[in-house]
Amino acid sequence: MHFKIFWVFFKVGMLGYGGGPSSIPLVHKEVVDTHGWMTDETFQDALAIGNVLPGPIATKLGGYIGYLQKGWLGMVNAVLATILPTIILMIVLLKLFTEFKDLEWVQGMSNGVMPVVGVMLFVLTYEFLAKAKAKTTWHFLFLFTAIAFFMLVVVGIHPALIILLIVVFSMFRREGRV
Amino acid sequence: MIYIHIFLAFFIPGVLGYGGGPASIPLVEQEVVQNYGWMDSREFAEVLALGNALPGPIATKMAGFIGYEVGGLGGSIVAVAATVLPSLMLMIFLAGLLYRLKGTQKFETLTTLIRPVIAILLGLIAYDFIFNAYDASGTVHTIFLVAASFLLLVKFKVHPALVIIFGLGYGALLL
Repeated sequence: MHFKIFWVFFKVGMLGYGGGPSSIPLVHKEVVDTHGWMTDETFQDALAIGNVLPGPIATKLGGYIGYLQKGWLGMVNAVLATILPTIILMIVLLKLFTEFKDLEWVQGMSNGVMPVVGVMLFVLTYEFLAKAKAKTTWHFLFLFTAIAFFMLVVVGIHPALIILLIVVFSMFRREGRV
Repeated sequence: MIYIHIFLAFFIPGVLGYGGGPASIPLVEQEVVQNYGWMDSREFAEVLALGNALPGPIATKMAGFIGYEVGGLGGSIVAVAATVLPSLMLMIFLAGLLYRLKGTQKFETLTTLIRPVIAILLGLIAYDFIFNAYDASGTVHTIFLVAASFLLLVKFKVHPALVIIFGLGYGALLL
């Protein structure tokens, strides 16, 4: 069983491109379709709970499923299987990169990849704004974003503080479903 | 002492990054580059580039590597634990309670308001990277790379890992 858990989440970690959120369908396929550890419904519930919480989703989902299957050891197993292989790859490759940093063409690689990562982050920026727009109006979004921008950039308030304020404010909203 | 700093630098993004790992990118940048100065913005861009080229969750890849850079193997473990454990523990212990939050006014307000904040932070880093690139490679190369990677990613839906490899190759040959 532990071997199965490891294998499932190892595959999820190694095959999910684009960060944790994009690996959710893979987890679903393995956990619900292939191994039948969860029904469609319990999986959706676990995902919903995961989305209520902050932090990376792949490890939350993996850890939770591992825990349901095999307790604490199952949790540790699932989380490590998800993250360890790519962390090791990351350290080895970046160390290698640093080793040859003085070579001109390696410097060029670093220069060439920077605008690409910039564009990727702009695409993410747009996605976050679009998701917020789906729940509110342009007017409100624009006004709120402008105020947040002012507080973050001009006043220089730490983002953690602003997010914390939003969390507290939200918890005082009236009860009830949308 | 360094372990406490590493823990805090990844604990804060771990408990405030709503929207999965990608949401924690700018929060990690805030701590690692601006607050603690463990890396400059170029090094952070390199970490993100490789992180995006490799599979798997992005938040733990960043934490694992940056923790290792700053505090060796122990630092790596502390950074990853600080990223993963807080929200995972909440999920395991409070699953029932949290399920009731789903779809409520409170939770909808929370995610709707946090997303623009994350978007601003992401936009600022993106601007920073492109400005750095402009500094290092000049106008023509930068405009070409920005336009090309935008088209490849958004219009032709080319796999991000391939677009990263394209940027690395272009840089190795022409910059």
